[in-house]
Amino acid sequence: MSLDNVCGCSAAEEIIPLNKTNFYKKQRRVALRNCGVIDPENIDEYIAVDGYRALAKSLTELTPQDVIKIVSDSGLRGRGGGGFPTGRKWSFTAANQADQKYVVCNADEGDPGAFMDRSVLEGDPHCIVEAMAICGYATGASEGYVYVRAEYPIAVKRLEKAIEDAKAYGLLGDNIFGTDFCFNLHVRLGAGAFVCGEETALMTSIEGNRGEPRPRPPYPAVSGLFAKPTTENNVETFANIPQIVLNGPEFFNTIGTETSKGTKVFALGGKITNTGLVEIPMGTTLREIVEDIGGGIPNGRKFKAAQTGGPSGGCIPEAHLDTPMDYDSLLKIGAMVGSGGLIIMDDTSCMVDIAKFFLKFTVDESCGKCTPCRVGTRRLLEILEKITDGKGTMEDLDTMEALCYYIKDNSLCGLGQTAPNPVLSSYRHFKEEYIAHVRDKKCPAGVCKNLVQITIDPDKCKGCSLCSRKCPVGAISGEIKKPFVIDQSKCIKCGVCIDTCKFGAISRK
Amino acid sequence: MQKKISKIPFKGTPEQEAQLKAVIAECKDDKSRLMHVMQKAQDIYGYLPYEVQVMIAEGMDVPLEKVYGVSTFYAQFALSPKGKYNVSVCLGTACYVKGSQDVLERICSELGINEGECSADGKFSIEACRCIGACGLAPVFTVNGEVYGKVTPDDVPGILAKYKNAED
Amino acid sequence: MKSVEELLAIKNRVAPQVFAKSENGESYIRVLVGLATCGIAAGARPVYDALVNEIEKQGLANVHITQTGCIGVCQYEPVIEIVEDGKEKITYCKMTPEKAVRVVNEHLVNGKPVAEYTIGAVAK
Repeated sequence: MSLDNVCGCSAAEEIIPLNKTNFYKKQRRVALRNCGVIDPENIDEYIAVDGYRALAKSLTELTPQDVIKIVSDSGLRGRGGGGFPTGRKWSFTAANQADQKYVVCNADEGDPGAFMDRSVLEGDPHCIVEAMAICGYATGASEGYVYVRAEYPIAVKRLEKAIEDAKAYGLLGDNIFGTDFCFNLHVRLGAGAFVCGEETALMTSIEGNRGEPRPRPPYPAVSGLFAKPTTENNVETFANIPQIVLNGPEFFNTIGTETSKGTKVFALGGKITNTGLVEIPMGTTLREIVEDIGGGIPNGRKFKAAQTGGPSGGCIPEAHLDTPMDYDSLLKIGAMVGSGGLIIMDDTSCMVDIAKFFLKFTVDESCGKCTPCRVGTRRLLEILEKITDGKGTMEDLDTMEALCYYIKDNSLCGLGQTAPNPVLSSYRHFKEEYIAHVRDKKCPAGVCKNLVQITIDPDKCKGCSLCSRKCPVGAISGEIKKPFVIDQSKCIKCGVCIDTCKFGAISRK
Repeated sequence: MQKKISKIPFKGTPEQEAQLKAVIAECKDDKSRLMHVMQKAQDIYGYLPYEVQVMIAEGMDVPLEKVYGVSTFYAQFALSPKGKYNVSVCLGTACYVKGSQDVLERICSELGINEGECSADGKFSIEACRCIGACGLAPVFTVNGEVYGKVTPDDVPGILAKYKNAED
Repeated sequence: MKSVEELLAIKNRVAPQVFAKSENGESYIRVLVGLATCGIAAGARPVYDALVNEIEKQGLANVHITQTGCIGVCQYEPVIEIVEDGKEKITYCKMTPEKAVRVVNEHLVNGKPVAEYTIGAVAK
């Protein structure tokens, strides 16, 4: 609606409400519904938007089996990356008898470039508290742990306050809503280890150890935290639970595609006009996200690829822009939904360099427990470094591919099993770029420093000598008013000369 | 990731020791809270030198090698002290794609130290960090928690000058 | 909390404020400031303080300022939103303390939203 008449401003300054902007129009908010709407540090405001009603409904009207059935029927799948059906996960833990069971929330958001879990914890912490209590009721657990990254101090503070307030109201603790159900919640801080996002490693870390993963079986539903049956879900998965329980499975399973129900939050970043958090129905195409919601690529550049799933995921090239964003469609093209990081790259990004970037990350973060991951990823990185240094051979490409599959098949946990994905998918979709690095010793995007030459166009150079005075290594020489030249053996490719030249005579190739 | 172990002599005060003892007393019955104790110890001392790790191991009644194992496993635990101004450059994906590696290199050359090092006068240290969740402002770096967003390498000298010239 | 009735009593008491419902002819205006990490990094704290000061200075008793999480438009932070009964919610972005003072004076005191600061004008 136009507010012209209401506010008296001119037509040229028509006020567009947030939900009519291109960024918001196609979004649908379920997990993020309260973020930016309520005061996260005020429990009354959460209750005002129907908070804790789903818990009340579960405890007073439903049996644990009913709750699990609702979650199963909703079609909700794990939002942390695995995509395992949540209802089924809960039913496994519920089926095991034990004197003590646990609920764990994975808030160790490790994908560099994803921040939806932080956003939920900072904007709506009570929904996680409520969802974990519901999960406790459904699976028969009376204790819960939230494992949060220490890098998120505000999220930690708000979550701790939420737990305190919920305790004060009797929404945590003993005999909640006058029933027999008791549930307590604890916060544990991570300390910066990516592998702790893996569920068994996370449990090992909560127990106070080096966060190394454990072999499965036994699965956490049988022997998880402190060797007791444990259900672990990601923040975004839990954030959907209160809405599903309160409104019924149809509310959720009518959104999305055949096998991927509901919405997914993506953290949109990189070379894109509108960066931010977007929550869209599963099955929205990448093109809609990039062009409509994201507003396209800035500075008149061209879309090259989107990277999903961070260091565990893959890239999606332009040819697949119309792929629906859901678990199965993305797997088919060698990418994955992952935790929801969505980094857009334009033609100035080198895919080999990006693959190397992720590999460096996994090498740093590999916990060292199993050899395929500890040694394999390092060898893989060395091959990539060789390629980007211009010393690669065609044989290296074959070795690289074989090594990728070896690491994938033999690693102990999800970190190692997915570590080669950025290499495999970029090699699959951008093979010619790898070959250019190896055979032609060229980096088409002009990123890999050892393959780039900076040259002065003699036709454009006026011989002003400014560049030679700015060059930090004295690689540029010449006579005034005659074209200058760069000594390639001295040049460190810093690019200062390109920025200083007033005539646009210097370029990177 | 290999950690740099400090050779600077340990200078703990009795007050710091009392604070750490209080934290240990509160947690020593629950060994799963070892990491919590170590996090608190790092808040108190700024890093975890050998002497502090010994106090934790004895107080919590766990082997020293376990404390050392945990401290070297997690990126958050520092075995070297940080500078008065700790410059932390985000190398998360969004920042990397937008050129944070160039920003990091410029900061290193401006300060004359490498990533993970502390300057000789103890004034500056540089670290590369994972995503700090400010991807919309990429590339970003922080100086003692103060965030600088959408920076270019050429912005670096100006920002650092503020701290270089600050009164001691 | 021993009963569902207690929960509903709180909901009924607080919901009118969250949805900025006018009561007994008194309008209730809710000003939301995005104070998540991204907002704070972009400078939302000084904006929040400027709003509190200016609202107090102008004696606007029906204006209630509240911190909130992130609405997702990272690059347009700091964001403030003004919610009023029966009116479309107005979203201001890239706020500064100075801009916030202007919003208080023109929008909250005189009822004229500052169109040039709204998301539609800044983002398109």
